[in-house]
Amino acid sequence: MAERAEFQQQAMQYAPQLYSAAMRMTRNNADAEDLVQETYLRAYRSFHTFEDGTNLRAWLFRILTNTYINSYRSKQRRVQETDLADVEDLYLYRRISGVDAASRSAEDTMFELFTDDEVKAALEALPETFRMPVLLADVEEFSYKEIAEMLDIPIGTVMSRLHRGRKAMQKALVDFATERGLLSRSPEPSPEDPADG
Amino acid sequence: MADCNDTLRELETYLDHEITPELQHEIDHHLGGCVDCQQAFEFHFELKQVIRDKCSRDEIPASLLSRIEQCFGEDFDGDGRIG
Repeated sequence: MAERAEFQQQAMQYAPQLYSAAMRMTRNNADAEDLVQETYLRAYRSFHTFEDGTNLRAWLFRILTNTYINSYRSKQRRVQETDLADVEDLYLYRRISGVDAASRSAEDTMFELFTDDEVKAALEALPETFRMPVLLADVEEFSYKEIAEMLDIPIGTVMSRLHRGRKAMQKALVDFATERGLLSRSPEPSPEDPADG
Repeated sequence: MADCNDTLRELETYLDHEITPELQHEIDHHLGGCVDCQQAFEFHFELKQVIRDKCSRDEIPASLLSRIEQCFGEDFDGDGRIG
């Protein structure tokens, strides 16, 4: 049986990560705060079911994900899957490698190319079906198996949603770069396309 | 052995560390001799880092931390233990 202090000591270190993830899920501060508090309350109440030696972070994220899906999702306007932008594979890469040599330095400084707000907006714009796998894989670095368990979907579905979600996110990033004049509006096919070789 | 198309098809499973050791060996072999695929892999490796970095830095409000700490003070069923 777990003691309060033990739970507090072990679980609180993940609060900043859970809060960031909650922000990406709910897309607003008030709901994110409530979601994280609810997550800790549920985790605290069921900490006796947590098996020592298993992954506490994954356990907390599973509670966060379930709480979001059960309690918060219905409050929010849901974007239809058909709204998902579909682009070819390697879309962002080819757009960036396709620009002329003068702008190619952009590829070397991707951290500077996009602002925090743009990358967050690109992720948050994804319909939830795709946003959750991308968030859990790319930001939180969970395995396909862990994501499949958290979202209660087969691993193959995790993979296909990740693939489509990532492409749509790349489309959003290309749109941001185009708006700021970093990429031209008409894509130039790259002569060095690896897939054409 | 894996060609460019085989290699690019496995880009995501490779970067997600979800690839089988056998396939990883084939992909590594191809990447060792193909600058184009290497560049594509490096680009997406960096893109993942950018996404992770930029989407995980929200500052948690101090007020939320104290709200959470408060709920630890509760003893739900009165037996002196949690859970």
